[in-house]
Amino acid sequence: MTDDRSLSRRHLLRLGLTAGAASLAGACGWQGGPLLPLLRGASRVNDWVGEKVLLSSDRLAPQYPISGRTPERYFPAYSITRPVPQLSDPGTWALEVGGLVRKPMRLTLEMLQALPRVTYTVKHHCVEGWSAIATWTGAPVSSVVALVEPTAEARYLRFDTFDRNYYNGWDMKSALHPQTILAYAFNDRPLTPAHGAPLRLYSPIKLGYKLTKYLTSMTFTAERPGGYWEDRGYPWHAGV
Amino acid sequence: MTEPPFEPSEPTEQQPAEEAPPPAEAAPAGPAASAESVEPEASAEPEPVRTAPARRPLVKRHHWLVRTTHWLNAVLLAGMIMSGLQIYHAFPHFGLRGGPYYVNHWDGKYFPRWARLGGWLAGGLNWHFALAWPFVLAGLAYLVYLIASGEWRSLLFRPRDVPRAWRMQLYYLRLRKEHPPQGKHNALQKAAYSFIFVLGVLSVLTGFAIYKPVQLWWLTAAFGGYELARYWHFWAVWIFVAFTLVHVALVFLVDPASLRAMITGWYRGRFPSHD
Repeated sequence: MTDDRSLSRRHLLRLGLTAGAASLAGACGWQGGPLLPLLRGASRVNDWVGEKVLLSSDRLAPQYPISGRTPERYFPAYSITRPVPQLSDPGTWALEVGGLVRKPMRLTLEMLQALPRVTYTVKHHCVEGWSAIATWTGAPVSSVVALVEPTAEARYLRFDTFDRNYYNGWDMKSALHPQTILAYAFNDRPLTPAHGAPLRLYSPIKLGYKLTKYLTSMTFTAERPGGYWEDRGYPWHAGV
Repeated sequence: MTEPPFEPSEPTEQQPAEEAPPPAEAAPAGPAASAESVEPEASAEPEPVRTAPARRPLVKRHHWLVRTTHWLNAVLLAGMIMSGLQIYHAFPHFGLRGGPYYVNHWDGKYFPRWARLGGWLAGGLNWHFALAWPFVLAGLAYLVYLIASGEWRSLLFRPRDVPRAWRMQLYYLRLRKEHPPQGKHNALQKAAYSFIFVLGVLSVLTGFAIYKPVQLWWLTAAFGGYELARYWHFWAVWIFVAFTLVHVALVFLVDPASLRAMITGWYRGRFPSHD
């Protein structure tokens, strides 16, 4: 009986020490310290699972009725630059499409609007945890890919912007998804500066930070590009 | 299935009551570990609880796999909850943007820094998604062990445990004098341990539902959509916390010997029989 008691006490002490160490770690807002490389490795595994196991090339995100739209004043709009980035001369803007392609191109807004048009009302998932519904209209990335004819080495897409140094990298499978578009309209009207005018990437199969606004170029690469938030530690694949 | 007659057998590890100075730790010598015998479903009630400390046998109670997954789970769950609270920090509401937001005591509130793991949203996410895999694997290992060993019989709450749980509840409320007979666990414990495993499964499923709401749309739909799945995922946290508080309190109040059993595997306490 007595040995039970002393054992309990000893183990209680041990438990207390462990709990103490754990809360101390929490108290410092611990990101992982020496374990950070391990966490990054796990994140790469999750990227792989997200792309190779869970992502379907043709499963479409559910669509909602127009009446389901989130009131626009409640639809958040983030940018790195404040105030919201705006072109001084929108007339001269064009999307540079290049990299590992046979036919590099400069696509004006008119050219993009002449491509097949996709419109859908879908749910937006932000990494922060919020969700909101809106209608987006644009040209499928796949139709641009067909125009420029990427070479066999092209495995990723890099998107650059005029929102300071914001940029993004996409896997080809997600980029070619039928709902991944270069959007020029939000809720039936031309994109506003807050939502990425004149052109942004949109897709209901990725978290919001992958849906690059204020596009300037789209580059086909063999190496995996990083991304503004991804370089700072956010998951790379970020599919939903 | 034919049920063998119930034997009030003491586990082989039992020591003669009168034996003078019992070896301090009754070193659980080698093959004696076979006390880990599993009797399939005794039809009679297990023997009544003994109270005389001198007669308490030392029995092998928990397999190493159960002990390992138990403590691993405790650490992983703490990490999952703390990193989850860090993620919650980024948007402390439930429901579509613009609201109305679901009823939530913590709506718009933030948790203290010591309760969060990861330091910022990306850190919280990386911890959460890294710990999720070992959490799932430990759960699966535990489940496979329970099934393969037959140990599930002493844990799974079944319909016939309802009246037993009721009697146990009466005992705890002091409306019944004698402790109802029990095997390894009493019926209330079976209810609690069965429930908490189900809660673990639900946490994992709601977690996947909010991790991939488009690819796993059917799973997300089963929980009522993305916003509700996120809400249930958050609720699971508080049920885990409440369970843990009661669980730890009962260990010390009712059966302190069970703590040692969960650490070393050996048990010398009030409830030595096994079902």
